[in-house]
Amino acid sequence: MTTSPISGVHTSETRPEPTGDEEHLLLSRLRAGEDRAFDDLVRLAAGRMLAVARRMLHREEDAQDAVQEAFLSAFRSLDRFDGRSRLTTWLHRITVNACLMKLRSQRRRPERAIEDLLPKFAEDGHQAMPSRPWREEATCSADSTEVRELVRTKIDELPEQYRVVLVLRDLEELSTEETAEAMDMSVNAVKTRLHRARQALRALLDPYFLEESSK
Amino acid sequence: MSEPTPRQAPATGSGITCREAIDFIMAYLDNELPMEQRHEFERHLSVCPSCVNYLDSYQRTVTLGRETHRGNTDDVPASLLKAIGAARKRSGSA
Repeated sequence: MTTSPISGVHTSETRPEPTGDEEHLLLSRLRAGEDRAFDDLVRLAAGRMLAVARRMLHREEDAQDAVQEAFLSAFRSLDRFDGRSRLTTWLHRITVNACLMKLRSQRRRPERAIEDLLPKFAEDGHQAMPSRPWREEATCSADSTEVRELVRTKIDELPEQYRVVLVLRDLEELSTEETAEAMDMSVNAVKTRLHRARQALRALLDPYFLEESSK
Repeated sequence: MSEPTPRQAPATGSGITCREAIDFIMAYLDNELPMEQRHEFERHLSVCPSCVNYLDSYQRTVTLGRETHRGNTDDVPASLLKAIGAARKRSGSA
């Protein structure tokens, strides 16, 4: 017996993306107030939403709170969902907003200055310390647990306002305009902040990926 | 807090420094550099191995960030599923 991805039970690892038709059907059931449809929506989307919240927030408790708040917000505004985007995309944006609200309400953690992580230049504008090459296999190992953990740890070390822009643009793959809107910033400020965040992350990863001969 | 705007290229013909080249990287990769600045940037790379290394590691940093987080779907604790259901009932949503 096959199981529908929406009404059936799957582990989060194996649950396939719902098709547009399946989402449309689920939306109709939700709008009709069918109790079971809300449980199906939660089972369908909670895993992805929790992954987003864990990337954006430092504490597990906050991530779970944000997912809960995102679902409540989605349930309340279902009537306003116009169906122009996928239901999963709409829920992703709501989760990002719930996480941003959570971050705004939190006290800032002590953090290092971004300037410490940016390249230094001599008076003539050349790099004060020449950049050295990275090992060829550095980015081929993105699937290894060790590399994943390293990258996550280093992203977490970025100053908060830079980390959030990098997470939204490079990890959550929001556009520059969407990031600017979510963070109430100008498009140019997002670009500047993203460039600095990437440079800072590069500096944090640099010692781990340098070619042996250039260390 | 005000953010500094990205550095502008010097007048044509004067060449660019490493500082300017590194400031241009993101716009270069996004194909947003005007043709003249793109040529200046590429001319700088042709004579500056350090900036070639910097550009390469910058690109790999972006790739690593994306690849190490791509397509994540986490297992959801049963307690969270229950909490969402309970919160919906309390709030009277739908």
